Amino acid sequence: MSEDSKKLHPNEGIKTRSNFLRGTIAEGLADLSTGQLATDDLQLIKFHGTYQQDDRDIRAERRAKKLEKAYSFMIRIRVPGGVATPKQWLETDRLAHDYANGTIKLTTRQAFQFHGIIKTNLKQTIKEINDTAMDTIAACGDVNRNVMCNPNPFQSQVHAEILKLSQDISDHLTPATRAYHEIWLDGEKVESSKEEVEPIYGKTYLPRKFKIAIAVPPSNDVDIHANDLSFIAIVEEGKLVGYNVAVGGGMGMTHGAEDTFPRIADIIGFCTPEQAVDVSEKVVLVQRDFGNRVERKNARLKYTINDRSADWFRDKVNEYLGYDLQPERGYHFESNGDRFGWVYGEDGRSHYTLFVQGGRVLDTPEYKMMTALREIAKVHDGDFRLTANQNLVIANVSSWSQAEIERLIKHYGLDKAGQESGLRRSSIACVALPTCALALTEAERYLPTVITELEEVLEQAGIRHDDIVIRMTGCPNGCGRPFLAEIGFVGRAPGKYNVYLGGGHAGDRLSKMYREAYPEDKLVELLTPIILDYGKARNEGEKFGDFVIRAGYVEATVNGPDFHLNIKKDAFA
Amino acid sequence: MFPDLNPLDPQQREMLQKSLGSLRPEQLVWLSGYLSGRASSFLPENSQGILPTGAPAANTLQAGAAALIPGASAAVALKLLVLYGTESGNAEALADKFFKASKKKGYKPTLKNMSDISPADLKKHDNILTIVSTWGDGEPPESAMSFYDSFMKDDVDLKGINFSVLSLGDTSYEKFCQTGKDFDARFEALGATRLVDREDCDVDFDDNYDDWSTKVFGKLAELQPAASAGIAAPAAADAGFAYTAAPAVVFDKKNPFPAEVVANINLNGTGSAKETVHLELSLEGSSLDYEVGDALGVVSENAEDVVLDCLAASKLKGDESVEVKKVGPMTLKEALKKHLDITALSRKVVQAYSDLTNSEQLTDILSDDRKEDFKQFTYGRQISDLFGITPFTGSAQDLVNLLRKLPPRLYSIASSIKAHPEEVHLTVAAVRYETFGKERKGVASTFLADDSQVGDKVLVYVHKNKNFRLPEDTNKPIIMVGPGTGIAPFRAFIEERAETSAAGDAWLFFGDQRYSYDFLYQLELQEHLENGDLTNLDVAFSRDQPQKVYVQNRMSEKGKELWDWIENKGAFFYVCGDAERMAGDVHDTLIKIAQEHGGKSEEDAIAYFENLKKDKRYQRDVY
Repeated sequence: MSEDSKKLHPNEGIKTRSNFLRGTIAEGLADLSTGQLATDDLQLIKFHGTYQQDDRDIRAERRAKKLEKAYSFMIRIRVPGGVATPKQWLETDRLAHDYANGTIKLTTRQAFQFHGIIKTNLKQTIKEINDTAMDTIAACGDVNRNVMCNPNPFQSQVHAEILKLSQDISDHLTPATRAYHEIWLDGEKVESSKEEVEPIYGKTYLPRKFKIAIAVPPSNDVDIHANDLSFIAIVEEGKLVGYNVAVGGGMGMTHGAEDTFPRIADIIGFCTPEQAVDVSEKVVLVQRDFGNRVERKNARLKYTINDRSADWFRDKVNEYLGYDLQPERGYHFESNGDRFGWVYGEDGRSHYTLFVQGGRVLDTPEYKMMTALREIAKVHDGDFRLTANQNLVIANVSSWSQAEIERLIKHYGLDKAGQESGLRRSSIACVALPTCALALTEAERYLPTVITELEEVLEQAGIRHDDIVIRMTGCPNGCGRPFLAEIGFVGRAPGKYNVYLGGGHAGDRLSKMYREAYPEDKLVELLTPIILDYGKARNEGEKFGDFVIRAGYVEATVNGPDFHLNIKKDAFA
Repeated sequence: MFPDLNPLDPQQREMLQKSLGSLRPEQLVWLSGYLSGRASSFLPENSQGILPTGAPAANTLQAGAAALIPGASAAVALKLLVLYGTESGNAEALADKFFKASKKKGYKPTLKNMSDISPADLKKHDNILTIVSTWGDGEPPESAMSFYDSFMKDDVDLKGINFSVLSLGDTSYEKFCQTGKDFDARFEALGATRLVDREDCDVDFDDNYDDWSTKVFGKLAELQPAASAGIAAPAAADAGFAYTAAPAVVFDKKNPFPAEVVANINLNGTGSAKETVHLELSLEGSSLDYEVGDALGVVSENAEDVVLDCLAASKLKGDESVEVKKVGPMTLKEALKKHLDITALSRKVVQAYSDLTNSEQLTDILSDDRKEDFKQFTYGRQISDLFGITPFTGSAQDLVNLLRKLPPRLYSIASSIKAHPEEVHLTVAAVRYETFGKERKGVASTFLADDSQVGDKVLVYVHKNKNFRLPEDTNKPIIMVGPGTGIAPFRAFIEERAETSAAGDAWLFFGDQRYSYDFLYQLELQEHLENGDLTNLDVAFSRDQPQKVYVQNRMSEKGKELWDWIENKGAFFYVCGDAERMAGDVHDTLIKIAQEHGGKSEEDAIAYFENLKKDKRYQRDVY
């Protein structure tokens, strides 16, 4: 059967009929009788940066109380490169209190995320976000999403260049439809859809989401292998000379479907800084034209490449570019984590990286992080940088405000954050329950508990301060990039996780399943002997992810398709 | 039990009282029918035999009796105007009772709602009996407002006219029976003659009514000896001599029905600051019927912890024997739990307690020049707090005597009996708050929320509310504004219209604190929208965003359409809920809408809605 004769995925029809992403969103917002939007519109609102969710904690009681599900919306704010001004921070903080659940989630893609916004506040919130010179368009959906880049507090010149590239790529690939302005910003209505063109995407946009990142070696904090397209900055003699182009990385898979898998990216060449925006466009165009629009679970770029070859893809990109990419240059990644505390930049400004557990900015009775950051934002003359690991850099602190910021950091106890262990500082958790519709298990609310219990084992093994990358997600779609962690927990069924081990410490190797559907209350017990063994038997400087392979706990995963192969029998016990 | 003026000798009286007291309600009903029949059969020839003691001359009774017998030639009967101003329907019910009683006595009464009369009309009458209630901060009932205003202001000469006022109120309010007092004073000021003194009734008004009506009829009898006085012999036409089997028991305020709770649901979702109870009660076996718009009277009890707190504060044990007036002997605890109001701190209670204890502090705060201080003092306090200020040293009976009877509480019925046969539903906001470091709770609302679980029985009766009715013409559109528990009667309205397949459009404005948790009956309303039983639904939730949004804001937003419904489509407009602010804000918004979209001046807009009220197209059930 040929591709053409197969039925396109229903989402393709929704996009086609949507009149450039309008659908019936505006009508749905006006209906006050329900807190939800029409089913088809739920696909379209993602392109506008929002998902409909409901509070799954209280689902059971709702019908008995004659109430519909407690619907609310998640809004993702696009922050290209993760850089926000103090004013934007203060506004985000205010919006979180005025309309959301009083917290801010710093995402694994350097975006701000709000939860719990009800339908009647959705428009006003998005409008006020735009008033602060941020936006939400294309934060989700089958388009290019928030462009990530290394927050790089060391080399301010390189950072300025890659940040500009992030912004340029983001602008260039932002959908051109006026629907966003019409629906959320009371923009003038376009008279007829004929006037409208979507020059890059066309009216069915991309087959699936598309993620772009810029890394600056030796840091792989943006996890290039979790992105469809990555630019690896090549810095020679302190100058940015260009980028290696990596394509076809990605995390998401479906439990029980072996034709879905996370995949390591292929490097297909090198481009100059001037060519980078063009390269990003052409990679997107090849995926637009060749990506799978029948099977949504096989629609990411990684499958387009895997189904053919990296060479085929490079040739196509060269063809679309009209010139050839240069051969790749040498680079080396050391870690995908963040460095915490103060560092001093080359221009005399200083930067403080704060550990934010689960990326959740909030106040608790014991720890007033949200208040602290608000107070800091009021006196801060630099910027804030969201890291790909859900942490926050108070960046570009001038010498005259550093003392005051340092005082606030101490006053609110920010300096104590993540001091418990290297494991905790190297952790990522996605949102999961209660709001994420995809979640099968807890993640953000549960990982800290698991870590606390593991810290006793680390203490016993004498490795409390070693960085071990640990990540937990509520489902296999991979927002928390669990398959690139040294220890990964992926929700399989309520109360049960698949346990993955052996990811590369620099995010350069995928992990392998160690146990399938393992009960949550036995996770610590399961890992205890391995951690103790690591403490005793590791080689000098050997990372946990490498050790578990050498010690035979799991086989190494080489590329994408072998992710499901060579799993030890014990995994299914 | 018997009125002072009766034809019985003391021995008969004692015997009858004793046997009547032992009767069950259904026996009493049967007996009354039986006696009516007996009496009518020999009244014409033997009436001499039942002459009241001290009654006027024989011819009086002859004439009176003649007036009662159809076909007999009657003397010229005294004309009465029974004038009432009603909010919840109590004053109307009493006026109706008085009207019927006076008719039976041979008078020629006219029954008038204050909403349908002007002060000048009063001059046409010789005897004006006024029954009026007081609301909120000493206000007259909504429907009586415009009559009240002109009566207080217009110079009408009422010389030669007799009057008396029965005023209804609630001693727990500062301006107890203020409207009745105003009327009483104004009648006098306009030159009318007071027939009998004004009677001020607390929420438990039946006995006061009996006292007042007996006195009024006594006076009227003196005024015109041609009319019957003393005994209320029923008209022969009403007599039911043919009773062979006992008629069905009638459940009413005096004999409430024990209804079983079949559902008790907190409608607010987890995370809400509110607690609104949806209560479903079974009326099976009661033959009780109601119309949408009616209220349900609930006989509540005080919560156990509140009773214990009161006992502790008064240093009494609870097992003391006491006598509750008109109920009988029981333990103090039972009296406090079931029969007495142990929370509402009224001026009357403080006064009585002050007298009992000779407390200087209380005497001081009660002085006339400290009314504001008194208000401050009682705010948030309850009776037991009084004992903390001046220790209670009296007997258990002293405590009982201090307290008024626990009044029943009325709730707007939230169901249509057509949609829920043999059931009645309520929507009740549980009132809980903290003052002076103590958890407080509304007596009736928490009795229903906490102590009325599935399987329990609650004593209820139906309270008619003729002033809150769907249009007779089912094609007429209706607009309903009911935030919070104000939605109760509208749930009933919509159900009723759905059950009767009414063609008229329906528009509901609902509001509360938060959309996700406080959207009462959301799923039901969605279904009604889908089925077309509800045409429009607009909601406002005040705490979902920094700026508070209320139902009246939604009305303004939809002002054009709203005006079209009222002016061009003849819609009926209903408001239910908070009287203190919401109802007034909604009213002001209507006036602005009439100005903006109807091109009316403010004066005309006000008059427009006054007329709408008179036409019963603007009805309110506010509390």
